[in-house]
Amino acid sequence: MAGLNAIEIRSVSKVFGFGEYAFSAVDDASVSIRQNEFFTLLGPSGCGKTTLLRLIAGFEYPTSGEIMLNGDNIAAMPPFKRPINTVFQSYALFPHMTVAENIGFGLTMLGRPKQEIRDRVAAMLKLVRMEALANRRTSQISGGQQQRVALARALAPQPKVLLLDEPLSALDYKLRKDMQIELKRLQAETGITFIFVTHDQEEALTMSDRIAVMSAGKILQVGNPREIYDAPTDRFVADFIGETNFLKGRIHAVNSGIAEVETAAAGRISATMPSNFSDDGEVTLVLRPEHAALCGPADHARCQMTGTLETIVYFGTDTHYHVRLADNETLFTLREQNKPLQAARYAEGDRVGIAIEPNAARVLRS
Amino acid sequence: MTHVADVIEAEKSRDIRTRWLLSLPALLIILAAASGPLLIVVAYSFLTPGPYGDVVWVPSIEGWINVALQQDIFDGSLSMADAHVSIFIRSVVLSLATTLLTLAIGFPTAYFIATRRETTRELWLLLITIPFWTNLLIRTFAILEIIRNEGLINGLLMRFGLISKPIQMLFTDGAILTGMVYVYLPLMVLPLYASMEKIDFRLVEAGYDLYATPFKVLRRIIIPLVKPGIIAGSILVFIPALGAYVTPSILGGGKNLMLGNLIELQFGQGRNWPLGSALSITLMMIVMIALLFYVRNAGGQENRHG
Repeated sequence: MAGLNAIEIRSVSKVFGFGEYAFSAVDDASVSIRQNEFFTLLGPSGCGKTTLLRLIAGFEYPTSGEIMLNGDNIAAMPPFKRPINTVFQSYALFPHMTVAENIGFGLTMLGRPKQEIRDRVAAMLKLVRMEALANRRTSQISGGQQQRVALARALAPQPKVLLLDEPLSALDYKLRKDMQIELKRLQAETGITFIFVTHDQEEALTMSDRIAVMSAGKILQVGNPREIYDAPTDRFVADFIGETNFLKGRIHAVNSGIAEVETAAAGRISATMPSNFSDDGEVTLVLRPEHAALCGPADHARCQMTGTLETIVYFGTDTHYHVRLADNETLFTLREQNKPLQAARYAEGDRVGIAIEPNAARVLRS
Repeated sequence: MTHVADVIEAEKSRDIRTRWLLSLPALLIILAAASGPLLIVVAYSFLTPGPYGDVVWVPSIEGWINVALQQDIFDGSLSMADAHVSIFIRSVVLSLATTLLTLAIGFPTAYFIATRRETTRELWLLLITIPFWTNLLIRTFAILEIIRNEGLINGLLMRFGLISKPIQMLFTDGAILTGMVYVYLPLMVLPLYASMEKIDFRLVEAGYDLYATPFKVLRRIIIPLVKPGIIAGSILVFIPALGAYVTPSILGGGKNLMLGNLIELQFGQGRNWPLGSALSITLMMIVMIALLFYVRNAGGQENRHG
């Protein structure tokens, strides 16, 4: 068991509708999710991440492909036979039952002995710190409390995999931050594999062991948060996660993984080439705003690009600068951390240079 | 010095007076149109029948005695009025059967409509209400036309040689039941649909997710949530079914009477208005007791969860 992946998605597709109205919600997706992993499906709304989750839960059946749970194909198994539980976006708590009855529902349906159910419900109430509200109706508790009941209800039957469908989206900012920590704690305590769906990139980066970025039904990149952020292999991934500058260019020369790219906007820039990248001339260069810095005209040796400083936006922790590059078209964004009581060094309208940190620029297919 | 409390008190009582005055017309109409006739019926039930119908203003409780008992014309001894008792029982049994059958047919129908897309739901509801556009009498005669001995069903069965002589379907309890189920079905479907439409069907998915089989989802999640609709629909069907008149008189052929027909008989051929009045009030009391029992029972189950 230990060697097997918790969930393995093998070229799964899901098509809704027929003929000319056919629409692929999930398009030939393959991904392996490891045991005890906090795995996140990240993407904009309509990218297919919720459909993929529903396929794993069993609310939808795939048009083609296999879904393996600990080595068994469960693609055609009805949801009530899968040892997988879901925390729904709207919580979907049963309004005609108390908090305790909600939590015990799964175990009751499994036909467990009454004493075991009682003990397990008590343990779950303690785990989510809801002991005092066990006999309340679900309509009599707050949104954050409903969220915790939904979690306890899904965890009570000790599923092999827990699915979470944007469970934090209905909570306010403060509560969401608390629940993020709570979720990580629960995952560590229970040792259950979590598959988490979100469109919030910050949530994905802070909580996940690994992330799969999806767009238009396809999985574009799978990796840990650092890989996804620092080494995007796809233009969409680079654009969706964080802020990014894109510069169009043409590969001039390649030397041991470092490409010299000739850009129209800023001249020649050296950038990292991903392995297995085929050189086909036209490329896009991606560069994070925090990996570049302004440099004065006196510091010409460091500066790789020049332009006119158009706007300065003060953000407290850092300052954002927008520089119009030499081609008079591209607007380049860069970000510098603020130091205490630092006087403004530049003014809007200044001619400035831009220095790029080593290994910061990456080459992507255009 | 003004006492604020007194002023507020005076204002309040004036407000209450105004409200009473404003609702007076409505109250008068209710009194005149509902309570008045009811009181007349109660008064008539304690009078003596006149020779050609109507009542003679001589107090008597004979009408009430005759509800359940009958007097032997020769020796004046009292015995159970078997005919009345059997009509009472038939009415209650047929009404209960109608309620259960409309529930059994109406529940899946309402579920089907509630799970359609929002735009198509209205069309289905329209189809459900179409029978209301036709007069009850005409609809009942249509059923008669289908099930009578020379009717559609028997005609087809004989044409194909499946039977040699017609099956007697008309003028049976089965015919009355069929007619009543047909007539009262929309009254069951509509309140059921109203409750089902409000169900968040993600709860059904949550049930499946938590190891409930389709049958358990129905029993543990859908039925408890639709309960208000089941109660409302059952009341809407059971009460008019108990007092049904047109359907049993046409499809039962005057042989298989129900309470409505028995009451009509007393005011018509029977010329015994006090007995008719007493029967009407008895019917009303059965309905009220059934209602009280039903609502309390349903309410009690509701409390058990809370």
